[in-house]
Amino acid sequence: MSTNTIALTDFPVSRSFPLRLHEWVTTVDHKRLGLLYIVFAMVFLMAGGIEATIMRLQLIRPHNDLVSPEVFNRMFTMHGTTMIFFVAMPLVFGFANYLVPLMIGARDMAFPRLNAFSFWMTALGGLLLYFSFVGGDGLYGAGSAPDVGWFAYAPLTSRTFSVGHSTDFWTLALLVSGIGSVGTAINIVTTVLCMRCPGMALRKMPLLAWLNLTMGGLVILAVSPLTAAQLMLLVDRYLGGHFFDAQAGGSAVIWMHFFWVFGHPEVYVLAIPAFAIASEIIPVFSRKAIFGYPVMVLATIAIGFISMSVWAHHMFTVGMTSGANTFFVLSTMAIAVPTGIKIFNWLATMWGGKIRFAVPMMFCVAFLFQFLVAGLTGVTLAVAPFDWQLGNSYYLVAHFHYVIVGAILFAIFGGFYYWFPKVTGKMYNEPIAKLQFWLFFIGFHLTFDFMHIPGLLGMPRRIYTYEPGRGWDIWNVIVTIGVFFQAAGVLALAANLLLSYFRGKAAGNDPWDAWTLEWSTSSPPPAYNFAVIPVVRSRRPLWDLKHPEDPDWRYE
Amino acid sequence: MSPTNIFAPASTPADSIFGLSIFVVLTVAAIFIAVFALLLYAVVKFRNKRTDDRSEPPQVYGSTQVELAWTVIPVLIVVALFLASARVIASIQDAPRPPSALEVTVIGHQYWWEYRYPKLNIVTANELHVPVSNPAHPTPTFMTLLSADTDHSFWVPRLAGKTDLIPNHPNTMWIDPHEAGLFLGQCAQYCGVQHAKMLIRVYVQPRAEFDRWVKEQQELPHSGTPDGAVSAGQRVFESTACVNCHAISGTPAKGRFGPDLTHLMSRDTIASGAAPSTHDTLRRWIQDPDAIKPGSKMPAMGLSDHDLDAVTAYLETLR
Repeated sequence: MSTNTIALTDFPVSRSFPLRLHEWVTTVDHKRLGLLYIVFAMVFLMAGGIEATIMRLQLIRPHNDLVSPEVFNRMFTMHGTTMIFFVAMPLVFGFANYLVPLMIGARDMAFPRLNAFSFWMTALGGLLLYFSFVGGDGLYGAGSAPDVGWFAYAPLTSRTFSVGHSTDFWTLALLVSGIGSVGTAINIVTTVLCMRCPGMALRKMPLLAWLNLTMGGLVILAVSPLTAAQLMLLVDRYLGGHFFDAQAGGSAVIWMHFFWVFGHPEVYVLAIPAFAIASEIIPVFSRKAIFGYPVMVLATIAIGFISMSVWAHHMFTVGMTSGANTFFVLSTMAIAVPTGIKIFNWLATMWGGKIRFAVPMMFCVAFLFQFLVAGLTGVTLAVAPFDWQLGNSYYLVAHFHYVIVGAILFAIFGGFYYWFPKVTGKMYNEPIAKLQFWLFFIGFHLTFDFMHIPGLLGMPRRIYTYEPGRGWDIWNVIVTIGVFFQAAGVLALAANLLLSYFRGKAAGNDPWDAWTLEWSTSSPPPAYNFAVIPVVRSRRPLWDLKHPEDPDWRYE
Repeated sequence: MSPTNIFAPASTPADSIFGLSIFVVLTVAAIFIAVFALLLYAVVKFRNKRTDDRSEPPQVYGSTQVELAWTVIPVLIVVALFLASARVIASIQDAPRPPSALEVTVIGHQYWWEYRYPKLNIVTANELHVPVSNPAHPTPTFMTLLSADTDHSFWVPRLAGKTDLIPNHPNTMWIDPHEAGLFLGQCAQYCGVQHAKMLIRVYVQPRAEFDRWVKEQQELPHSGTPDGAVSAGQRVFESTACVNCHAISGTPAKGRFGPDLTHLMSRDTIASGAAPSTHDTLRRWIQDPDAIKPGSKMPAMGLSDHDLDAVTAYLETLR
């Protein structure tokens, strides 16, 4: 049995397609599961992108009738749900799965089979969500996707207002993928705490491992209430419960609390792994050690803790008391401090370095710039009275896309290019990568810079059309034009990855002259990662090897 | 100039928010310029030169002093922004209600607004009338916000920030417009299919004009001598399902599900602002609501052309 397995991985040539497919479906290898997560996310990114494009075409002029209001409402619900749960989360889980064991010198995750189970639960969730297009009205083939918005406020989700089964598919999708997310989070936390190679004390872990450890903890704390809320919603819809039924003593506001006590930490569940990627790329391309490692760790943990106490800033317009509003202003603004520390530390890492502007670093510099803007517009939204104007307007929509696309997705794209040579053993095509960067950068700024303005002029989100004469028209045209640049950018990325995988030049084990353990093994890494488990003495074990005259461990 | 610009306040709550927002925007703009300048400098100055000898730059691992500096300075900025916010939160949310205040109950329905003036015994829809508030003798309007179905949000950017209408969770907000005019807004919390066309129109009127409006609303509709078409229309209206949803004072129509039509013709628009109130749009609306507002809760009644003309003629007498 075991000899059989080894034989299969050691002779990868000329196996039949069903055999290879079987290997991928039954795999428990952390690298393969990481890639499955990422490929899954890229497929759903296309779907979510198409939904966004349909919305933007509809909004290109007032009183447009490209799609009906029903279709538009389904598009924004599916877009939001897809992008958060089936693109962003699988992307960060994919990176964590692939990189954490390699970077801490382990041969796999702590629970490989739980890992496979978690991925397939997430995949099942995504399929359930999209099955609603066929089965949403009750399995007669005339489906309808959910149209309750991605935060699905009660009582719109009750059977009175949401007939058919589209909301059930939404609920089940989040319930099932939530179980997968918690499973993966437990796995990441256990792996980081228990599987580190000899010599790697917690304070000598790469920042990526620290940040993913924090992310794992946040997922366990944040996703559980969401899962509980989905169960309650199912009870309301099928067993006559009244958790969210205001007519029968339930509360619509309770759903908001459940959702946002998940929803806000969720932002950091996505952002912290993006910070992790930036924290690996920026030092390597600046040729300097990360500035203020202990402070970076503490700031991350502080962000994790504070992020659990800010959820009701999504509810400033709900009619909380002035005392509650004031508290959530303070807690929300407090998070700006550790976040600011991180930005300054990345800047200080670049300061005095020799910055090489390869594509991963270009994405990280854009990430820094856009994250700065996103953070500052976040401060304006944290001011509750200002939020009474800005909340639920296009300004808010622009702000959170600045966070999720401008910061998180840019960092992840940087990560794609940075680790592509490690994962495939091939180098990506640099001119196409630069083209992708500029297409996506221009498209991003056309869309999301100008999207702030109609919000300031009173345009609320989630409207399928709008009145002329409000001063919104020209901004919506520009915003829509940007979408095509972004789409071209994503297609260039996909083309580059595929082309380079088949035709790329060999990359070697350590093309970036980097310092963490994944670059010490072959590209792509073997199934067991390391023939001999490495022993480390500092945060940059490969620096120590390359500079025996001036090793890091003297200073740590 | 946008009629819904949040930076053109015309009422105290919007004005306080505007003042605070200028302070906040200037503060974050200053931070942006400072940090962006540092980023730009680092990118230009420390970029790898072509003539580089490929040696590694000096390794710096951190510095307690600078870390402390960029922790303490943001803390101070946060404290300043927090105190400014707390003051405005209290001034808007905890403002006392003067006895001269006008009371209005706003009820959000799927895709239209019901306005009730309990002390004046007026019920109307979609177009809110309030008096100008003179700072010397303030007559603010205090609104109790209720919902008949799903969540909604009342947002007229030039008058105040938005506040949600949530079933079984009464909220309050207030405005004291200091200039007369028409102020626009719309529902700002997704409430279902026609969330987009749940528009708000607030008519701010000088005191005398407002009092005249109140008097007209309190009377029964001025119907002249009804001609044949009008009384035929009234008969059709009262003998079909129209009366299940609509109320017209002084008639058997007592429905509460749709807008009160007692003074329909005193309003400039129909369908919650989705169309101007003209003979043609009104007729079209009765004939096929989906043609104006697809997904609206008003059903097409399938009236014959004759009945349709009659009902339209009847409704046009409701001044």
